[in-house]
Amino acid sequence: MADDSERVPPPFPESEQRETDPADGESDEDSDDFEGEDIFTGNSQPSEPKKDPLPPAAPTTTSSNTKTNGLHSDDEEQDIFAEATVELALDSPLNNRKREPAQAKPSAPGPSLTVTGPSTLKPPPAKTFEELEEEEEKDAFELNIAVTNPEKVGDGMNAYMAYKVSTQTNLPMFKCKTYTVKRRFSDFLGLYEKLSEKHSQNGYIVPPPPEKSILGMTKVKVGKEDSSSVEFVERRRASLERYLQRVVSHPSLLQDPDVREFLEKDELPRAVSTQALSGAGFLKMINRATDAVSRMTIKMNESDIWFEEKLLEVESEDQHLRKLLSVVETLVNHRKELSSNTAMFAKSVAMLGSSEDNTALSRALSQLAEVEDKIEQLHQDQACNDFFILAELFADYIRLLTAVRGSFDHRMKTWQRWQDAQTTLQKKRENEAKLLWANKPDKLQQAKDEISEWESKVTQYERDFERVSATVRKEVLRFEKEKATDFKNQLVRYLETLLHSHQQLIKYWEAFLPEAKAIA
Amino acid sequence: MASTPEENDNDSKLRSVSVDLNNDTSFMIDIPDALCERDKVKFTVHTKTTLGTFQKPEFSVLRQHEDFIWLHDTLVETEEYAGHIIPPSPPKPDFESPREKMHKLGEGEATMTKEEYTKMKQELEAEYLAVFKKTVQVHEVFLQRLSSHPVLSKDRNFQIFLEYDQDLSVRRKNAKEMFGGFFKNMVKTADEVIISGVKEVDDFFDQEKTFLLDYYNKIRDATTKAEKMTRAHKNVADDYIHFSATLDSLSADESTALKMYLLKLAELFEKLRKVEGRVASDEDLKLTELLRYYMRDIQAAKDLLYRRARALADYESSNKALDKARLKSKEVQQAEEHQQLCCQKFEKLSESGKRELISFKGRRVVAFRKNLIEMAELEIKHAKSSVSLLQSCIDMLKTN
Repeated sequence: MADDSERVPPPFPESEQRETDPADGESDEDSDDFEGEDIFTGNSQPSEPKKDPLPPAAPTTTSSNTKTNGLHSDDEEQDIFAEATVELALDSPLNNRKREPAQAKPSAPGPSLTVTGPSTLKPPPAKTFEELEEEEEKDAFELNIAVTNPEKVGDGMNAYMAYKVSTQTNLPMFKCKTYTVKRRFSDFLGLYEKLSEKHSQNGYIVPPPPEKSILGMTKVKVGKEDSSSVEFVERRRASLERYLQRVVSHPSLLQDPDVREFLEKDELPRAVSTQALSGAGFLKMINRATDAVSRMTIKMNESDIWFEEKLLEVESEDQHLRKLLSVVETLVNHRKELSSNTAMFAKSVAMLGSSEDNTALSRALSQLAEVEDKIEQLHQDQACNDFFILAELFADYIRLLTAVRGSFDHRMKTWQRWQDAQTTLQKKRENEAKLLWANKPDKLQQAKDEISEWESKVTQYERDFERVSATVRKEVLRFEKEKATDFKNQLVRYLETLLHSHQQLIKYWEAFLPEAKAIA
Repeated sequence: MASTPEENDNDSKLRSVSVDLNNDTSFMIDIPDALCERDKVKFTVHTKTTLGTFQKPEFSVLRQHEDFIWLHDTLVETEEYAGHIIPPSPPKPDFESPREKMHKLGEGEATMTKEEYTKMKQELEAEYLAVFKKTVQVHEVFLQRLSSHPVLSKDRNFQIFLEYDQDLSVRRKNAKEMFGGFFKNMVKTADEVIISGVKEVDDFFDQEKTFLLDYYNKIRDATTKAEKMTRAHKNVADDYIHFSATLDSLSADESTALKMYLLKLAELFEKLRKVEGRVASDEDLKLTELLRYYMRDIQAAKDLLYRRARALADYESSNKALDKARLKSKEVQQAEEHQQLCCQKFEKLSESGKRELISFKGRRVVAFRKNLIEMAELEIKHAKSSVSLLQSCIDMLKTN
């Protein structure tokens, strides 16, 4: 294409870029070479790129698309993509500013991850709306995902929960602006499995899904409608939502057709293989991987200290998060206890008030009972917030850290493969030398062939190792950034619930005070 | 740790449970000091008086909890005082809760950071100190109620208790032998005596009986529930300590931005837990202790009713005996005298009992009013300081 020289990719943000930018005016090939999926359906031909200075958000996307379209492991297609994507970003006709309210429940559970990138999430409560508007101005693209309306389908032990997955987007790669599909838990697991199979080996941190729970689901199937099963369903719904939001906020994973299929397709083939993927099975797998990592760590000649240090950080962080989670779980229980004790006290004060023969005191005691009753509700709500916001945040990150460790593990594996290839090459060379000395010309040719085969393998594997290392490094940095934002948002959200709770306390006690003063 | 103004605050607040004490300068009692030797608490009882009945104008003695019980029991047993509400005996000093917690803390020491352990230990030491202060005050209030009572303050045994500079344990043993069994039996059958069909002649006492029996059960229940509630509240405050400490540890692993959020949050929770701790202890003092004190006071009022009911029963049986004697014309004068005695006793009891019960009502209402107001005010104050701590942390996190 003639416009090559004018295609200057927007400046890259501060995150580390170790690879050279392949978008530098390389390939001219058609996007048709791309594996069957035409992402650009419905879009016009890429036209002249405008030279608008892009806000920092969009470049992050496009630049990472550049790199991570190695999804399809073809360097050349990678390049087309980059250009095309860049153009689209500049040229988007769909600069949709209007923020439609998400179809999700307005209830508190639902993290508002604000990430830089094309995907932004369900609007957080009104308070931070100004923040959102600012974000909008930066992001030309939106992708909102909500998981709602858990519905029981079927009866008895074959029953399952179906969740409504709603997508709203103006991203050009989607045909429509909104999608609504029904998905069940195994569908989410199936998505994870597919993504993990494809991308983990390249060092990507693929967000793990929520865990399977036999006990929780059995209660639901059996039809027990008590508060613990309601809580279980809500907990699962919220964690499925966060899971999807994390997947789509990962710029590379978003490009994966499986993700789009998940969001768009009406009927998904039942993910049968996930039945074997129980929570325990998943953890076992990861544990084996982790063990393997620790074994390999000893052997690996770490050329880059960064990885060694990072891994230690991750280990230590994991320990502290687990402790934090257990502390929060204790807090939740104590608060629930406080709530029920307050309720009992309220009842008993009410009884006392009805016995009291001094009228004013009697009334004051009944008012006290009412105040304590309201306070009981406050404690109950706060315990819920402790759980759904804090505990779930820490639990999510414990699982995510496992995925981070996994990416380090895959890097190890590629290193090992490279080392093995080098060993094999060495052996082949020795073999050749032997043959030379033994003067066996017929086998010599074969030996030479093998040597050249292994030489190219060594080169290939070394490149793989470097590529994966770079990916891991970038992924970790991205993860850390996301984590900081995620934590901040959730912590602020949590503190706001505490704040509200104490403001209510003031109201209740201030209303009670005149009653106490009226005692005569 | 408790600061001095707060200590004084607590002093006056507990005293407000029973108002109008120690105002009479002619007879003032306080417990300025107490020693704790393992389980035994030794109180320094200090008296200042202008009354001629005492040998000196000012003196101090050392007393144990059992001495207070002895004093209380002898007063209860004194027939002369049957028509008065005897102030309830102070409960035994109970350090079980903080001791158990200290033990658990010691076991869990390995799982905490040094700072966390130190903070928990400080909290427990404060709790221990709070129990200690409570027990001192409750013993003090007992003596002060006696000293401000027009009749009881003149009791001989009370004087001995205050003045006798030797150990009282010998006297105590004698008293136990004499009164131990009788008193216990009386308490056991007390409810039956009242509830059984002793025909009540006086409307006032009839109503009081119904009221006090019912009220006692309700207030006892409320006391138990209040105690559970304040204890749960304390647990939440303690959890904040662990939360804050773990956040601190986590922040060490993190990058700069997140590190700052976590440290700020750790700081916030360290401050919040102090406020929550104070909320729990204020609730304990103003609510639980109030309810507990009046529960015991109502028991004392019930005892008065029991005694009166017994006197009534005696009176009635003396009437029957007189009738029988008159019929048989045997020992009529004896029977008459006996009947007169019973009648007088009963009427004296009823008269003073009525007075006591009415003033008791007033006292109770005043104490409840004072404590409920103070508690509401403290709750508001603490909630406001939590709000401002939370708000400033939220603002700080948002602007970064």
